[in-house]
Amino acid sequence: MSAATIAPFRAGEFHLFTARGRDFVYLVPSGGIFELTPAARQILDFAQRTDADSEDLIAHLANVGFAELEIEETVTDLIDAGALLAPGTAPEPRIDPPKNFPLQTLVLNLTNQCNLSCKYCYEYGDDKVATPEGKPKFMDTETSRAAIDFYFAESQGTKALHVTFFGGETLMNFPLLKEVVDYATNKAKSEGRFIDFSLTTNATLLTPAIIDFLAANRIGVTVSIDGPPEMNALRVYQNGRGSYDIIAPKIKLLLEKHKTRPIAARVTLTADVTDVLKIFRHLTQDMGFQEVGFAPVTTSENRLYAIGGSKMDSVLEQFKLLAQEYLDAAVEGRHHAFSNVTDTLSELYNGVNKSHPCGAGLGLAAVGPSGDISPCHRFVDSDTHSLGHISTGIDRAKQDDFLHRGHINQKYDCHTCWARPLCAGGCHHEAYVRYGDTGHPNLHYCDWIRDWTDTCLSVFGAISTHNPVFLEKFEKR
Amino acid sequence: MKHLRPLNRKAHRIDQFAAAKQADVVGLQEKRVNPAKLPHIPAGCSIAFFPGWEVDSSGGVAGLCQPMERDLYDCFADCFWPAQVPDHMNNYSDWAKKCAAATQDWRNLDVVFP
Ligand code: SF4
Ligand code: SF4
Repeated sequence: MSAATIAPFRAGEFHLFTARGRDFVYLVPSGGIFELTPAARQILDFAQRTDADSEDLIAHLANVGFAELEIEETVTDLIDAGALLAPGTAPEPRIDPPKNFPLQTLVLNLTNQCNLSCKYCYEYGDDKVATPEGKPKFMDTETSRAAIDFYFAESQGTKALHVTFFGGETLMNFPLLKEVVDYATNKAKSEGRFIDFSLTTNATLLTPAIIDFLAANRIGVTVSIDGPPEMNALRVYQNGRGSYDIIAPKIKLLLEKHKTRPIAARVTLTADVTDVLKIFRHLTQDMGFQEVGFAPVTTSENRLYAIGGSKMDSVLEQFKLLAQEYLDAAVEGRHHAFSNVTDTLSELYNGVNKSHPCGAGLGLAAVGPSGDISPCHRFVDSDTHSLGHISTGIDRAKQDDFLHRGHINQKYDCHTCWARPLCAGGCHHEAYVRYGDTGHPNLHYCDWIRDWTDTCLSVFGAISTHNPVFLEKFEKR
Repeated sequence: MKHLRPLNRKAHRIDQFAAAKQADVVGLQEKRVNPAKLPHIPAGCSIAFFPGWEVDSSGGVAGLCQPMERDLYDCFADCFWPAQVPDHMNNYSDWAKKCAAATQDWRNLDVVFP
């Protein structure tokens, strides 16, 4: 067989990774993940290094002992997968999400008031985008019903509906929350649809009666908490008093009584709160959370509580240790609470290839106390970012502008990045706080994101080799 | 794909797409891609207009696919379709011995246990 039988090619876009001694490839932009034979790995290495032709390739691989037939077949496979490109392969055309994309999730900000004054809060802190002046502080019944009606209409027959309650502090408007659960559940029933609810809270206002209600209605709960007492220094009341001692017993009760949905903790990492392992152990072992997720605070660069580069490196190292623990658990079929890994595995399993970093303004919308519609909870009450009002519906021109700017194709810096099928430039809100434009890629954390994505890919590769059944649970997500 | 193992949903779709490019519907194939790999003996309904569902093989309706077992019998007698009926070319040449007239004797067509 001569070299001419090998189809001509050039390297496509992909990221090579290894896990427990095996080779894998992550394909960009498709999001496909394949395990590679040694020949396939060598060919991709070769293609990445050089633009030499197929004769060189054969000579090179024959040297290391591969047969021509194997090389030929492997090249064909790699071209079929898109890892290698045949000459003249056109770049992927830009695909916009369909017009009038149905709403999948509604966030209801029941109030913009909060009984805590966390120093780093995006709603009240130095970098706030909200302009709540002159607007109602609490949502009323009428607005909440109009919001639910709006959501049901905009979801266009979607069978499974999801409402998330948010604040301010969500539970400061618990009476309305109960009303909404009642109203929306009946409405869903009458239309033969399913609806479920979740909320985020700082846990200060939890009572046994509220917990019973949440458990009885299968309402998912995420608690904002930053770890053991000394890590919660920024989570304080107006008078500066800490919140940890108030919430600890309430969370204990919540975890004891509410078993119908997993209860999650959500940690905000700041300059002095980067001891990820200690926080994780406290929240899981001492407190009993089943899910713990971490996110660095969203802030402009110069704030005192912003996390510097070296601390982010330490965060990454600790994330990697937890990811390793996660892998060991997954191989044995056990649950692990580190939800940053779970979320990424789910996206990897499904092979997402995002046009936008998240559903904000697309499948997700938030409604604030005034009835204003925003892309997500973080933009509630912001005049600059409003996408309309529930009385008049979504302002399509504003929505188009928001989605156009946030589209991956507009983010030129991302076009050569292998992590873009997952990252797509990162959070619109963070981009606005950092760069003053929701469509700006979050270039301050690219190396971090790529390193972390590579870690999650290795976890994925190892699980798919040692316990693939574990990944099946992501099928439904 | 022999040299890549698909691991996620997207990879499986890529794999299926690639496989679909290679293979074709065997019975209707215009040219045999690789005769050595695909031993196929087209002797029945898919290669020629072969009655058996509308009219029987003699052009009448006496041997039509009734009862249901007649379908199987037709596959056996005139077609090579070993996935659904015992194959009469190699292993079960006697399968229909007791079935002289399908419309009357179809009850004698029994299952086989390979
Ligand atoms: S923001 Fe950075 S990490 Fe994310 S897709 Fe763009 S270049 Fe890649
Ligand atoms: S814009 Fe940011 S905060 Fe809002 S939903 Fe998207 S990722 Fe989350």
